[in-house]
Amino acid sequence: MSVGIPLDQIAIQTVNGIVNGMILALVASGLTLIFGIMDVVNFAHGDLVMLGGFTGASTLALTGNFWLALLVAALTIAVLGAALQASTLRPLLGRDPLTTILATFGMSLVLQKYAIWQWGPSARSLKEPITGQFTLFYLQYPWYRVATAVLAAAIIGGLYAFLKYGRYGIWIRATTQDRIMAQAMGIPVPIVHTVVFAIGASMAAASGVLFGPLGGVTQNMGADFTLRAFIVVVVGGMGNLGGSIMASIFISLLEAYASLVVSPAQAVIVSFMALILTLLFRPTGLFVPTPK
Amino acid sequence: MLALRDVHTYYGKSHILHGVTIDVGPGEVVGLLGRNGVGKSTTLKTICGLVRPAEGRVEFEGRNVAGWAPHKLPPLGIAYVPEDRRIFRLLTVLENLRTGLDRRGVTEARRQQLLEKVYHHFPVLRERRNQAGGTLSGGEQQMLAIARAMMLEPKIILLDEPTEGLMPRMVGQIREIIRVLHEERVAILLVEQNLPLTLEVSSRVYLMEKGIVRHQATPDELRQQHDVIRQYLGV
Repeated sequence: MSVGIPLDQIAIQTVNGIVNGMILALVASGLTLIFGIMDVVNFAHGDLVMLGGFTGASTLALTGNFWLALLVAALTIAVLGAALQASTLRPLLGRDPLTTILATFGMSLVLQKYAIWQWGPSARSLKEPITGQFTLFYLQYPWYRVATAVLAAAIIGGLYAFLKYGRYGIWIRATTQDRIMAQAMGIPVPIVHTVVFAIGASMAAASGVLFGPLGGVTQNMGADFTLRAFIVVVVGGMGNLGGSIMASIFISLLEAYASLVVSPAQAVIVSFMALILTLLFRPTGLFVPTPK
Repeated sequence: MLALRDVHTYYGKSHILHGVTIDVGPGEVVGLLGRNGVGKSTTLKTICGLVRPAEGRVEFEGRNVAGWAPHKLPPLGIAYVPEDRRIFRLLTVLENLRTGLDRRGVTEARRQQLLEKVYHHFPVLRERRNQAGGTLSGGEQQMLAIARAMMLEPKIILLDEPTEGLMPRMVGQIREIIRVLHEERVAILLVEQNLPLTLEVSSRVYLMEKGIVRHQATPDELRQQHDVIRQYLGV
């Protein structure tokens, strides 16, 4: 290597990039699914990650079972997401995008204040359910990190299979493509919208719980997740599920490699550069076919 | 079965339908003719709930469905085939059909039966069942749009200009499927520019002008009324 970075460090950062990318993909696929079907950019998405993390932390403290905490958080936040969509976004459907952006921004603030009220300002950490490590070159690499990537991939794979083969998956894809015709075919579009928001919210909550042991849960962690997921969704092509997953891994790998050269805090800059370059040269997204 | 009574519809401030009154009996094929922009498509959209009428009644089997959410009408037996076909372009042909099949109360046997029926009438859809809808030709998309509506087992199909832009061979297939549906006692409200086809398949024809029905006749009567045809259709 011309800059003199040892190969083993590159390999380690590749693993890191993929692990971070899969957690991000879990957040971003919910965001892109919601955008694709109802043209709503959900600025409260990161706060659903945060609430999922807190719900998971509380459940874990109560039951001592991480996997149960994951399930409870995903289900609770799914119900919350459905309620938020039905009460706040459904009445705004078809309005100026600015209206829904402001509405989700307002939701974000409310959720953050709720978290402070409920859980206080201090961070919570979740104890990882898998404590073993394995040797990756000179590092002891935690199995839990690998497990999060696998689990995130499994959840996304489950979503994909549901969209592709499930009865209601067809409803979601049809509604995403043509809301009007979907209605004319008898598909209950308002309910489909609510369900999709609930699915996105529950995926966000799952990533909050999975991320808990790695980075802790704080009431202001949402903004960072929203921003990163938003970058990924734009780079991957708005509303494109496969593109968002590819972009999550792509951006996380870029950051991981950049942190070999600069500090991790500075490495974030490369994802913004990727965002700006995408908007300048390929605003439809990197991982979508060229529009005709 | 379907009865529109003095239906008024607006797009924003422009008044499109000025009191449309139309009847379609069970199993009846009724033509709706008129020049471009007289409100034929809007009439169909109003029936299937995509446009809300400001005034008037849309009665289906005795129930006033005016203002109902559009997704509640297909379960009653109303299917819509729009002028621009609106195929789900990224779904495969089979998935397009499934949007009409994946509903409550359809047994697996019934699903197969319905699929076999449309594959029988439109063999090209069987060949292309795993192909994305957007890759089909215009005529094939029209067949898919009609086949998709048939999946709903409707009592009435609202057909908006099914032969527009099609080759004569394809027009023949559309004529044939209208005949089959008629035999199966499915009512059809047919909006068309193709006068010979409409006169051939319909039992009654309405002529619209400026958002209102001006004239009603049987095809045989209309064939004699050259002045009426010239006045309302300009041909």
